Amino acid sequence: MMRGTGRRALALALAALVVLAACAPVSNVVLLPEAGGHSSAVAVTHGDKQVVLDQPYAAARDAPTGLATYTSNEAEVKARWADALAAQPARAETFTLYFVEGKDVLTDESRRQVDKTLAEIAQRPVPDVLVVGHTDAVGNQASNDALAKRRADSIRDELIRLGVPAANVQVIARGKRAPLVPTADGVAEPRNRRVEIIVR
Amino acid sequence: MTPFRSCTALAFAVVLSSAAAADDIGQIKVARGTVNVERAGTTLAATVGMRMQTADTLRTGADGSAGITMNDDSLLSAGPNSVLVLEHYALDPATSQGRFDAALNKGTLIVVSGRIAKQAPDAMTVRTPTAILGARGTEFAVSVGE
Repeated sequence: MMRGTGRRALALALAALVVLAACAPVSNVVLLPEAGGHSSAVAVTHGDKQVVLDQPYAAARDAPTGLATYTSNEAEVKARWADALAAQPARAETFTLYFVEGKDVLTDESRRQVDKTLAEIAQRPVPDVLVVGHTDAVGNQASNDALAKRRADSIRDELIRLGVPAANVQVIARGKRAPLVPTADGVAEPRNRRVEIIVR
Repeated sequence: MTPFRSCTALAFAVVLSSAAAADDIGQIKVARGTVNVERAGTTLAATVGMRMQTADTLRTGADGSAGITMNDDSLLSAGPNSVLVLEHYALDPATSQGRFDAALNKGTLIVVSGRIAKQAPDAMTVRTPTAILGARGTEFAVSVGE
């Protein structure tokens, strides 16, 4: 019975919405081209109607009939969303450093890159940094979690030493759960002994 | 939802040795002109570096614009005279599973979806007064007004 009442109330509310829609502000959505040319889409649900925008500049806006689709363009987007586009934060970037087997010691190659990489991170405005430690599949879960944590902590300490505020650095230890190169358990794989530094 | 939340809490407790509080969901990276954040009935002047929380409302003035990076790497940037509400946010940092619902009540917004939308289609939505937009790994522009 409650449910029936709820439905009637919902129907009334929806009817009210339809009436209000005439004076409600107009919503407008434009699918933007993806940086890497990946396929993408946005589903627009409007009352009981749904359209999926899946082409660059495919667009929809409120219309007396419900929803009108059209094709927007770069000029319209730049004009209407100029300030929002200008306020867009830099995209997250991932840096990867590799470690010697079983240790929290960088490989020689990563040792050569580390100063440059970390200095670049430290230079960014408000760098929000996530340091993710990984291992290969040699050893049990607990020892790999501990090793991943030691690796990530060593990078975190270095970032803090370079001036990144401690509050902006998070550490996650994934152990052997998230290999870059999937292997059977127990397999030594240098590419999985790594720390990923995700800078937002 | 409840089991998921407790998993998230557990994941934070076990693997995060961080200084950032668990209720931080994103950070203001860009703030120009008048930008305020309404949180639990108080209005705070938004500054670059400020941490966002669930249920925060971002308001930009006629001269204002702001950009936020969320913890799942999604980006939201609002133009002048905008009202953006971060209605609901849940993210398991280990699996990137989660849910993000925002609402643009007025103004202009550019959205670049992040890891939450990549894990599950429509796990990230932006609501306007008349429509619900479900992100499917995507970048889009929204406006409310005219």
